[in-house]
Amino acid sequence: MSGLALVGHQFRYDQKAFWRNPASVFFTVMFPVLLLVIFGSIFGSDNVEIRGGQIDTDTYYVPAIITLSIISSTMQSLAMTLVIAREDGRLKRGRGTPMPSWVFIAGRIGNSLVTALMMLVLLAVIGGLVYGVHYPWGRTPEILLVLAIGAAAFSCLGIALTAAIPTEDAAAPIVNFLLLPLYFLSGVFIPDDQLPSGIIHFADVFPIRHFFLAFFDAYVPGGAHAVDWGQLLVVAIWGLGGLLLAVRFFRWTPRSG
Amino acid sequence: MSYGETEAVRGIDLEVQTGEIFAFLGPNGAGKTTTVEILEGYRSRTGGEVRVLGEDPEQAGRAWRDRIGIVLQSNSLDPYLTVRESLELYAGYFSRPRSVEETIALVGLEEKADERARRLSGGQQRRLDVGMALVGDPELLFLDEPTTGFDPSARRQAWDVIAGLRELGKTIFLTTHYMDEAQRLADRVTIISGGLIVAAGTPEDLGEREKAAATIRYRDARGEEVSIETVDPVRELHRLTTAALEAGEELDGLEVTRPSLEDVYLDLTSTAEGAGE
Repeated sequence: MSGLALVGHQFRYDQKAFWRNPASVFFTVMFPVLLLVIFGSIFGSDNVEIRGGQIDTDTYYVPAIITLSIISSTMQSLAMTLVIAREDGRLKRGRGTPMPSWVFIAGRIGNSLVTALMMLVLLAVIGGLVYGVHYPWGRTPEILLVLAIGAAAFSCLGIALTAAIPTEDAAAPIVNFLLLPLYFLSGVFIPDDQLPSGIIHFADVFPIRHFFLAFFDAYVPGGAHAVDWGQLLVVAIWGLGGLLLAVRFFRWTPRSG
Repeated sequence: MSYGETEAVRGIDLEVQTGEIFAFLGPNGAGKTTTVEILEGYRSRTGGEVRVLGEDPEQAGRAWRDRIGIVLQSNSLDPYLTVRESLELYAGYFSRPRSVEETIALVGLEEKADERARRLSGGQQRRLDVGMALVGDPELLFLDEPTTGFDPSARRQAWDVIAGLRELGKTIFLTTHYMDEAQRLADRVTIISGGLIVAAGTPEDLGEREKAAATIRYRDARGEEVSIETVDPVRELHRLTTAALEAGEELDGLEVTRPSLEDVYLDLTSTAEGAGE
């Protein structure tokens, strides 16, 4: 098989394994849906001030939770599944076959990207049907652009993060310890206007808030711009940093045993 | 195919012939896995020369990997893929794979073909692991401790699978810490201990050692235990019994024992470990 056909081959089986793994399905698919339903139901009638304008909370949470779901289909899912595959020897074993290692990684990133796209569709549909937040069709190119850059960047960060995770058991705690607080601080869980500005400045160091703002601008028309290149640039730089770390520190052999 | 001289732990020399089952036998920590990982191309060596299928494993590329199959010491399966899917996935990596159905039959998993790997027993998972190494139709197969931790019937089944590969003309490099496994499967056995090769030959050759030394035990007239090791037990017994008869004494508890192959193995490996300290 040629390289690209082999990526497709790898991707097919990765997808099968993904949908059969209850942990993947819960954290990547069910969890964001649950959050959207909970946040939308509790805070739905309030108004939020963001990016200098007033919007209702549902309009706020739909792009916020889509942001979260893109990060969990890429960074979170890759970090967890790659560490498990590394520790049980699957990565090492794959290295012993003629399959080039880039094919394996590309298959996994493809898997993440497709899942992220699917989550965009699923959450946009729920947002439209349940909360009346209509999908901005005219903004599709911008939304896909932001999604692609974010998914690529957070995929690289997830692969890089595996190098810092020593065992299978440490994967979930480390990933959640990094992501959960940042979701809060970056305005993904708690609307912007309720966060002290000190916290926002702190969150500004990390890529999640920048990605959220870029996605928000693309998804909610009426702001100053459809694509905030400044925010996207920060996300891309983080992704590039992740890529360099991943190339340097990613390992194929188990750390334990 | 030859490995020339490889310096794994303390400098070992071995050569494996095309089409043979070669057993690399030794206790845990003897350097088996280090050596086999050098041969598989996973580990770089500090010195020495290694050739596997005519290439240096450290430098070898995809074309070389297309010709080998690897079964690691522990199972490495995707728990959520079925037997058939796992084999299809791996078949796609190789240029001339064996048919998936044929491979399933080869490892005796016909009835489990659509079962997910996580639902298989330990022995079945191991056979799937071997199947994933076979589906690429490799010339050379590495099996690292294929039956460690198995119950006797699972081990028997795994042995049948491995013995069946001989008929396919595959070269097999088997590491094990079970003497009986090496004896049962291998054409040639090399015993490693403490990073040194302590014995090499066919299972029959190693069996010769067992004929070489016998132990005669008895209690003498004062009731003291006497133990004599001899390579010529017939003449030694004659000498002892003649002397006893002449002196009018008994040889209480007289027995002649030969060490089993297991004893030979334990003896060989314990000596080398002692020497290594």
